[in-house]
Amino acid sequence: MAAWEYAPAPESAATGRLQPSYRMFLGGEFVDGSGEPLKTLNPATEEVLAEVSTANPSDIDDAVAAARNAYEQVWGPMPGVERAKYLFRIARMMAERSRELAVLETLDNGKPIRESRDTDIPLAGAHFFYHAGWADKLGYAGYGPDPKPLGVVGSVIPWNFPLLMAAWKIAPALAAGNTIVLKPAETTPLTALVLAEICQQAGLPPGVVNVLPGAGDVGAALVGHPGLDKVAFTGSTDVGKQIQRTLAGTGRGLTLELGGKAANIVYDDAALDQAVEGVVNGIFFNQGHVCCAGSRLLVQESVAEELIELLQARISTLRIGDPLDKNTDVGAINSRAQLEKITELTAAGETEGATRWTSPCPVPQRGLFFPPTLFTGVEQSMRIAREEIFGPVLSVLTFRTPDEAVAKANDTRYGLSAGIWTEKGSRMLWTAQRLRAGVVWENTFNRFDPTAPFGGYKESGFGREGGRAGLEAYLAH
Amino acid sequence: MTSTVAAPQLPAELSLDVAQATTDEASLRRFLRGLPGVDAVGLELRAATLATRSIKRASKVHAIDTAISMIDLTTLEGADTPGRVRALCAKARQPDRERPDTPQVAAVCVYPDLAAQAVQLLRGTGIHVAAVATAFPSGRSSREIKLADTELAVAAGASEVDMVIDRAAFLTGSYGRVFDEIVAVKAACGTGENRAHLKVILETGELGSYDDVRRASWLALLAGADMIKTSTGKISPAATLPVAHVMLQALRDWYRRTGEYRGVKAAGGIRTTKEAIRFLVAVHEVAGEQWLTPDLFRFGASSLLGDLLLQRRTQLEGHYASPDQIGDL
Repeated sequence: MAAWEYAPAPESAATGRLQPSYRMFLGGEFVDGSGEPLKTLNPATEEVLAEVSTANPSDIDDAVAAARNAYEQVWGPMPGVERAKYLFRIARMMAERSRELAVLETLDNGKPIRESRDTDIPLAGAHFFYHAGWADKLGYAGYGPDPKPLGVVGSVIPWNFPLLMAAWKIAPALAAGNTIVLKPAETTPLTALVLAEICQQAGLPPGVVNVLPGAGDVGAALVGHPGLDKVAFTGSTDVGKQIQRTLAGTGRGLTLELGGKAANIVYDDAALDQAVEGVVNGIFFNQGHVCCAGSRLLVQESVAEELIELLQARISTLRIGDPLDKNTDVGAINSRAQLEKITELTAAGETEGATRWTSPCPVPQRGLFFPPTLFTGVEQSMRIAREEIFGPVLSVLTFRTPDEAVAKANDTRYGLSAGIWTEKGSRMLWTAQRLRAGVVWENTFNRFDPTAPFGGYKESGFGREGGRAGLEAYLAH
Repeated sequence: MTSTVAAPQLPAELSLDVAQATTDEASLRRFLRGLPGVDAVGLELRAATLATRSIKRASKVHAIDTAISMIDLTTLEGADTPGRVRALCAKARQPDRERPDTPQVAAVCVYPDLAAQAVQLLRGTGIHVAAVATAFPSGRSSREIKLADTELAVAAGASEVDMVIDRAAFLTGSYGRVFDEIVAVKAACGTGENRAHLKVILETGELGSYDDVRRASWLALLAGADMIKTSTGKISPAATLPVAHVMLQALRDWYRRTGEYRGVKAAGGIRTTKEAIRFLVAVHEVAGEQWLTPDLFRFGASSLLGDLLLQRRTQLEGHYASPDQIGDL
């Protein structure tokens, strides 16, 4: 019988309702920014999607002033039960426009539509629903009987989960009674601006949410603005350190969610087929553009050979290509700069003596793509075992004993997440207790939920997002 | 083990652990208990994710034709009559009268007493006749009765035998008994070119855990099953996607260790084209495209064929067809 090829099954790009130009959202209105407009690209084709206005320092002043005014006049004094209504409304409107948001996210970011449709957008909505529920119950969150908001929050978010990260910042800030000025990443500003439109249509009072697109200079000006009470940043460790230096001694609140180099530990008694799935999901989900990606596989030597064989077979079935195709598993790398970084680090892996294996899957000729890649024979000292690659590249290391697994897993400057695969509960708990990582997944990986706090140890940052613990960063107590 | 029947000839390039698994009851037990576990949450998540594959246009037509050619068109009712079998065989030969390019099904599946009639009606068509045997569906009888049942089917000319495992023996850990029974039934299927192919029904709905589905799959493969089959169709749940994943993984691993292809039959509960395509995607991506052939994958179904024919016409004619045009059996 002839080979069975899946016909292209693209989601219609028109669903994304892409506009030729987008404007910043300031004080409840969409306005032209005073900065030089930026062009955002579709990473799958490198074609320009839209022109987007950017902020200059005076726009930032205006936005912070608008947020301050909204905080003092409307949002801060508003009873929690009333704030909740707005958040519920935003959540419902996100659900109503979920297909549009998913397509737009995929166009702008390059991630597969399956992921934006089934993960990013539903989770972003879930964050609003979840925090809407807290708005009138903050007195029961464990931060005193009547915790107060902090004031104006400044937030800078990355390009890997554009809408989801916006939701992670805006939902808890608003639930707690703060107002916010948000800067989306320069390569992925679109869905945050649609979220701003949803806020407008939901009747959210002007100034409560402001979205100012721009590059790193806008971000730096925003987080250093003296009119803020708190800064929430998700992004690279280097930038996080700069922000921490800027804010030192100012008394302003700060939470940082930074890089990672997570270990996925597979013991020899693991459910191997599911471990393979978890490892694949851990590193190839969102092209590996995930701060908590399981980029280091630590496998017990007695099953290493079999696991790697299964893993290569499974990775070979991953479909890389048009992100809008519903059958695409691995989409486009978000930017040329990121693609170059991945290329450079993988070359270093070979130079340092690791063995490179590349999935035989066909890779599109046009656009920014990088095939799923696996390195075996990796040692702790190599760059591919130490540095965050932020791409579809897995480094495989082996261990002999649980002690060695824990030592290797913790031998990193990061500590955001980790995974443990074993069918033995006691070994699972023993390992989890010893891993220095903010999130430890057991027999699963990359599972997110608004009720579960997320955040790091060491150079992966501080503060938690989600759950009761995540509220703490937005409340004075 | 106690069987007086010779154990099945295992392939030469067998890896050591498989070769030694069947030397005695303790080895068999050790081997089956030593298989990697199955994490239910991860398995079901993977099955659900793979079920979101979107199969359109030419790939859908191809999938529909493939699915039709993999059907064991089944009737297993107390009320089955020669007339019913005649209708079934006619449908098997020519599923869609108005579209003679429609593929034939792989086999018809009946009780042993009706096999002879089906064999006669299908002679020269290339369509196999499968007969259920071994006190189907419960498997509750003596070894003698089960073997006699098998011999009846084979004597009637059935080229495929669908047997049930002794679930009671399996669930009490008497793996050797289950093994011996499969070996004995296989021997009763004949030898040489004309031997009947043996499908071993695990009745996964009664096994209770995916770990046990994996053990039962390996047990049947070790005992010489040509195909492992999910269900009798008399118990719910019958063929589910996660169960199919576990069984397909067993085939894949069997091939990795022995270089030999064995098959899976998903039977019971699959009624729509959409569901059938999800199974084909699982075959394609869990085991591999080599398994996408009627020799290595079957659907045990009765009503599925009607929906496949409707969807086939929809794809080819560009509009929905009426079930009246397709007809029942």
